[in-house]
Amino acid sequence: MYEKFIKKYAPTKDNLIYILHEIQDNHPQQYVSEEAVQEVSEYLKVSPAHIYGVLTFYTMFSTKPRGKNIIRLCESPPCFLRGSEQILKKLKESLDVKIGETTKDGLFTLELCACLGVCGNAPVMMINEDVYGDLTEKKVEKIINDIKGRQE
Amino acid sequence: MKFYRSHILIGIDDSSLQSGVKEIENSLRQELDKNNLSDEVNILETGTLGYFGTGVSITVYPDQITYVNITKEDIPEIVSEHFLKGRPVRRLMLDKEFTSKYDFGYKRRIVLENSGLIDPENIEEYIGTGGYEGWEKALTEMKPNQIVEEVKQSGLRGRGGAGFPTGLKWSFTAPLEVEQKYVVVNADEGEPGTFKDRLIMEGDPHKLLEGVMIASRAVGASKAYIYIRGEYKLCIQRLQHAIKQAYDYGILGKNIFGSDFNLDIYLKIGAGAYVCGEETALIESMEGNRGNPRNKPPFPGVEGAWKAPTVVNNVETLANVPSIIKNGADWYAAFGVEGCTGSKVYTILGDVKHPGLCEVDMGTPLRTIIDGYGGGIKDGKEFKAALVGGAAGVFLPNKMLDVKMDFNSLQEYAAVLGSGAILVMNEDADMVDMLWSVIRFFRHESCGKCSPCANGNEILYRLITDIRNGKGKEEDLEHMIMLSETMKESSFCALGQSLLLPVKSAIENFREDFLARMK
Ligand SMILES: Cc1cc2nc3c(=O)[nH]c(=O)nc-3n(C[C@H](O)[C@H](O)[C@H](O)COP(=O)(O)O)c2cc1C
Ligand code: SF4
Ligand code: FES
Repeated sequence: MYEKFIKKYAPTKDNLIYILHEIQDNHPQQYVSEEAVQEVSEYLKVSPAHIYGVLTFYTMFSTKPRGKNIIRLCESPPCFLRGSEQILKKLKESLDVKIGETTKDGLFTLELCACLGVCGNAPVMMINEDVYGDLTEKKVEKIINDIKGRQE
Repeated sequence: MKFYRSHILIGIDDSSLQSGVKEIENSLRQELDKNNLSDEVNILETGTLGYFGTGVSITVYPDQITYVNITKEDIPEIVSEHFLKGRPVRRLMLDKEFTSKYDFGYKRRIVLENSGLIDPENIEEYIGTGGYEGWEKALTEMKPNQIVEEVKQSGLRGRGGAGFPTGLKWSFTAPLEVEQKYVVVNADEGEPGTFKDRLIMEGDPHKLLEGVMIASRAVGASKAYIYIRGEYKLCIQRLQHAIKQAYDYGILGKNIFGSDFNLDIYLKIGAGAYVCGEETALIESMEGNRGNPRNKPPFPGVEGAWKAPTVVNNVETLANVPSIIKNGADWYAAFGVEGCTGSKVYTILGDVKHPGLCEVDMGTPLRTIIDGYGGGIKDGKEFKAALVGGAAGVFLPNKMLDVKMDFNSLQEYAAVLGSGAILVMNEDADMVDMLWSVIRFFRHESCGKCSPCANGNEILYRLITDIRNGKGKEEDLEHMIMLSETMKESSFCALGQSLLLPVKSAIENFREDFLARMK
């Protein structure tokens, strides 16, 4: 089932992280499943334990199903200074989730992350591949509503 | 070539993309078209113009006028006023006094000389500014050991944090006679507050590639890898494009410039772990493993990726190399100060008027950078502290702001240049909160391989959290410093070793903030 993503890359271990990115990005629930690990393990001839070790080491990977939109709010000092805590509070309230949780409709997962390298526009968050900066509570509200609107 | 009366440079980077730059660019094209100006005014997409918190910005040449915070609604006015009537739209102009006083953005620049001035997606523009001349010279006129010697003479030191002399680093790897050697670019850029490497790669990807090529030739590597963090999508895209162009032009690949030298450059994508910026952890990650640091020695220069000798350099370090080779070591060494030559790119952020980046000579006083390039403190507030060098940096108070920014001068203040991040805090900031945030970062990013760092961070976090919640005691402060000292001595890699810098400087320079929480 994951063959078409896996086979894009040569079967060498150094392609592992590439392959895992590819699998996760193409899964509607943005995670790497047990079956995927099994398939990658067979293709690369590395143990599932090694793959799990890698998956849990890097914050961009998830081994649990997630929402359609992954919100990653930066909590590093520069964003903290510019008010990331208030933004976090706002996000928790308007999505009604805790950190690491997915909304009931499966639309959003809320995560925290380290510096995204866009700190000139702190506070910053990423939703999937898009960066949103200079966040205010009002802006967050609008971003969330816009995404919700697009799903309907 | 077509002749245009004016050129509009429009800065495309992660920040302006958020502000809808593409849509604004489209309306600009339409508006020019509507006024029959398309043949006279050229629009050029370029990398960042270096202004942050200013939304979409454009610079018009030859007038050298920069408009900031432009919206779609401003476009008709800009076109009719500026381009039809020749009258600049004052209300949108970047503060002229500010730009002329500090020659903002376009000072004599080495690393950023092209950023914001050329189209990063067009190799011909890079070549047109003298790009790849250094590479041609290195390959056709110089022997590898001459390149190493030239870089040594230039005094270039690593910009990834540690400041190790680059020529010296290369000289360990160059003479090794083995089948395979590698050059690896450290583009993991995870130090909080740092985004200079991103802007170098977005604004002038060929500059980095040229540096990689010269380094590869110098040490005899036929393969080079750029390890770049997964979040830097625009960089990845631009680098992929630039690499492809370089192959198409025969600047990369087999028998480059008719020589017997072959070189391939590949990208490796990271997946979010600060410790992977540490060079041995980065190599582990490149090989498809968890990013746990390795023992040193052996150093990567002797035994690195897949056990082959591997030179690891930072993006900014390598972006200096083309100019050194093209213009010579003496030309380069004339910039900066004794023992620390050339320029340095800084990111200035926090409570300043103009967050952004600048490239200035090594040895420029910190105060000049904050007041000049950062525009001083915003909202009429007072300066309180600057965290210099990233999270693994030091908290400096006002009385230390005259320190010159170079590796040696900073040492006198027990400070570091680090990644070149300068986070400015105003009077409202509380150093207990800030240190808490710094320790939280390290606690999260500790890879857990060694106990001084894994446990040390846990304890530090508990202590600072207690202090923050009003449950701390004065002796906790000494305890925190002692613990960080132990971590410095016994941690396996520089991550655990670096907590001493922020912990000690925050507590010593801002003790009153900590005591205030203990009343
Ligand atoms: C925890 C940690 C993170 C680091 N992150 C980076 C980084 O993001 N980019 C970088 O160039 N160097 C980073 N370094 C420094 C590298 O280990 C290495 O010294 C550097 O890439 C060497 O290049 P240079 O000599 O050109 O500076 C980091 C070091 C540590 C200990
Ligand atoms: S010091 Fe920290 S990051 Fe470095 S090896 Fe030890 S636990 Fe890992
Ligand atoms: S600190 Fe948040 S993006 Fe850098």
